[in-house]
Parts: sequence; structure tokens; C-alpha cells
Amino acid sequence: VSTADATVAGAERIAAAFAGSGKSAALMPYLMGGFPTSRAPGGSAWPTPTAARTSSSSACPYSDPLADGPVVAAAGARRLRAGSTLDGVLGVCETLAPRLPVVLMCYANLIYARGTERFLDALALGRRLGPDRAGPAARGGRGGRRRGRAGRASRSSARGADHAARAPGAHRRPRPRLRLHRLAHGTTGERAALADTFAETVARARAATAVPVALGFGIATPEHAAQAAAAGADGVIVGSRLVRAAAEAGDAPTAVRELVAGLADALRR
Amino acid sequence: VEDTRRQQPNVQRMELLGATVAPVEAGSGTLKDATSEAIRDWVTNVGRTHYIIGSVVGPGAVPAIVRDLQRVIGDEARAALLEREGRLPDRVVACVGGGSNAMGIFAAFVEDEGVELVGVEAGGDGLDTPRHGAPLTLGHRAGILHGSMSAIMQDADGQVVEAHSISAGLDYPGAGPEHAWLRDSGRATYVGVTDEDALRAFGTVTRLEGIIPALETAHAFHHVLEVPSDSTLDLVCLSGRGDKDLAEVLAKLRAEAA
Repeated sequence: VSTADATVAGAERIAAAFAGSGKSAALMPYLMGGFPTSRAPGGSAWPTPTAARTSSSSACPYSDPLADGPVVAAAGARRLRAGSTLDGVLGVCETLAPRLPVVLMCYANLIYARGTERFLDALALGRRLGPDRAGPAARGGRGGRRRGRAGRASRSSARGADHAARAPGAHRRPRPRLRLHRLAHGTTGERAALADTFAETVARARAATAVPVALGFGIATPEHAAQAAAAGADGVIVGSRLVRAAAEAGDAPTAVRELVAGLADALRR
Repeated sequence: VEDTRRQQPNVQRMELLGATVAPVEAGSGTLKDATSEAIRDWVTNVGRTHYIIGSVVGPGAVPAIVRDLQRVIGDEARAALLEREGRLPDRVVACVGGGSNAMGIFAAFVEDEGVELVGVEAGGDGLDTPRHGAPLTLGHRAGILHGSMSAIMQDADGQVVEAHSISAGLDYPGAGPEHAWLRDSGRATYVGVTDEDALRAFGTVTRLEGIIPALETAHAFHHVLEVPSDSTLDLVCLSGRGDKDLAEVLAKLRAEAA
């Protein structure tokens, strides 16, 4: 862990969010930063993450989103066409951060382009966001050939062939704060029920780490969320379903708020 | 989508051979977008799918596998030259999009220090415009595309920008990582040739040799035919034939004549 106070603060906030969610699993809404408009998420009218009251993950729109299915990819493309910038997304995160911990999901090239240290400094603005400097994206500025898998900096990579083999190797990552685990091979997107795989997935992740385990990549409904919690997940990530609602609804904040409320209900103890 | 149009004969051949060709609508509908979609499909269906790529790009192991398979052309060309000419070439020249044909022929000559290796990228509308596909030539900074780190065309934030080339195979905003290494180590050099010059070379080689080169290869031919050099023996990798490009080239020539 870096000596930077912001790092500790961020890690502690995330830990506290898991410990104090008051739910059977922490609800982690995943939204595209600045989507559908640059104004809404930063404004007081954007209630979604607050309704979750636990933690939120926010994605940076990216030109070549290898890990994303059609819904998230289209949302990112729409934001980029509208002129979205990395600084704009960081601004959205900073606005949200006083209300709840924000985990920024980001394709690796955005980090490399800015430079790892400068990127992390930007995240630590106002000590509101806690970058995990020990994360895979932060291990030195070079040597990308080894790390350059076609995935997100913190999610499992887009490459699926070594899915089962990855968990045992996780100990090589220095002290992750949070482990996100993919439910199925493939890209982000809503899927039919996968509940029969939840317990096995959680068990595999548990065997490799002591940090909280959050399930994502395919959880779309309150039923899925409850099943993931029942299988022992510490966190439940819902992405494409919310991004789709934000894309389709005339009143995006209300549509997303209602979905999040339904998911939160399903996770009440 | 764009490449199923401008490479229609290749699509027809693949379909005749029994393949299903799925056009990709994303982005500019060209090589980068098709590669991304193929990777997405692969990771989604990884239990019953093999990912097969023809270029030296992609996540680790893939560029090396493609290089080793492609170097058959380099090994055979080297042996043939030694047999017929009794010597190695002064230069080996090949076009570079992702860079597979170039890596395949370079691989056989990398250890031959006296042999110059030249990769020819898409100059598009010109290297002084944003419409090209020449990240190696222009010394663009490193970035990550399709799972490997190499020279890529990107904006200040790290968003990958769209490439442009008259030839589908060179219309790519990156290049295989080993090409970036050959460039940085000084072993190979990279140059750009514009759409216009490639079109002219396409016609020249067709008339002089009776060989219709692929538009991609025509970039390499322009460099060899028109750019002065001390070389007395050049080896050019004829990466493909231009039958697939005929409709596109004839339409362009008609448009220029009109």
C-alpha cells in the first residue's frame, strides 16, 4: 500500500461499505461515467448511487471496449461521440465520492496514456477516491507486454481461456482490496439465470483470496442479486441492466433509481 | 461492413468455402473493429471456439505463433535467393498493417545484420494529415490495443483513433508489438506510402510484370520502385494478389479520370 493517505482512506471506505451495507450483499451499481448526459450524474438530480448506499462503480467510456457487450459498448461510444473526456469522468466520480465510495473501472490504455502516477494522483483528488496503487495497473510503468491483456485494469481480463486457472494465481497480485469475479465467459451483458454457477464461482474466488468477493458480468434482476447473495457473495455488481435503462428511459435517473431500489430490496436481510 | 464491401471477392471466396461471414457495424467497420468483435466472440464461446487470427497482433503468444507460422515465406525466400543469386538481399521490404507478412519474411533475416529490413505502412492521405495508418513510421507513443502494447494511433486521453488506408489490410491504428521492438532496437525501419502512390504502383507492377499485387503490397512496391536507394538486390514480400481489389481500384481510377 502506498503511503498516500488517499489510498488508505479509499481502501478503508470500501471495506466499510462492505462491512456496513446492512444487506445480505453490498449492491454495486455499475454506470458509464457521464452517461446518458454529462450533466446528470454530477448533478444533485442523480440519485442512483445514493439509493444503493454502499458503493458504486463507474466506467470510463473507451474507444475499443473489448470486455463489454453491446449495451455498455454503445453507451461508451455515445459518450465519446458527445465529446466525453477522461477528466470529465473523473469529475463525475469526484462529485459522487463524498456520498459513497466509487470504484473506477477503466481500460488499461487510458491509464498508460496519462501515466500511472499522474492517473492515480488525479483519482486521489480531494482524498475522495482511493486508488489501489498496488493494483495490477500500478505495477510499474513499463513491461506492458506481460500485463497487456485485453481487459480492464481491475476486472478479470477479457481473455477467457485461462478462467479456471486464474484464481490460484491471484496471490501474486499484491494485496488487492476487492476481487471482482466474472460469472461466465464473455463480455458484459444481461444473461438468463446463472444461479447454479454462483456457489462454485464464489467458492473458487474464496479459495484464492481473503478480500471481499463481488459477482458481476451477467447479474440483471433482483432474483439474480438475491441468488448471488445467497451463494455467499459479498457484493453484487449490476451493470448492463442499469446502463440499458439509462439509455432507453426518457427520465434516466428515475428509471435507474427504481431498478436500484428493486435490487436493494432483494438484498435486504 | 466497410471491408466486406471493398474486399467483396474475399467474402465470396470464404462463403464458397463454407464460412459464415459476419459483418461488424461498430466503429468504422474495418480491421480494428472486426478484430475486437472476433475477440469478444471468442471469450464468449471459448469452450467451443478456437480464435484464429492472421496477423501478429493480439494478446501474448498470438503474435509469436503467427510470426512462426508466417516465417515459412521468409525461410523459403532466403533459401531461394541463396540458390539463385548466391547472396542475401540488401533489403527486405514488406507492407505493414498488423504486420504479419512483414514479420514472417523479416523473421528469416533478423540475424543477417547486413540485410536492411523495411516495413511500409499506410500513408493514407498523407503523413501530415490525421488520415493514415502509420503509427510506427510516425513514432507514436506506445499504447495497448487488442491485448498487446505497441505503437498505436491514440488521442491525448488514450482513446484509439480510427486509421485510414485505401487498402483494407493496412487500415489499422496499431501494429504488431514485435515490429515496435524491431523499430526501437533499430533493426528495422518503417516508412509511409500514400494511397495515391500505392494506386500508381498497383498499375505499374501490373503492366510491367503481369502480376496484379494486392493494394497492400503495392505500398511496398512504390517504396522499392520510386524511393532512391543504394540497394542492388531487393526482396519484396508479395503479401497477396490484387484480384480482390480490382473493383475498388477501377472505380477509383474511373473517378479520377472523370
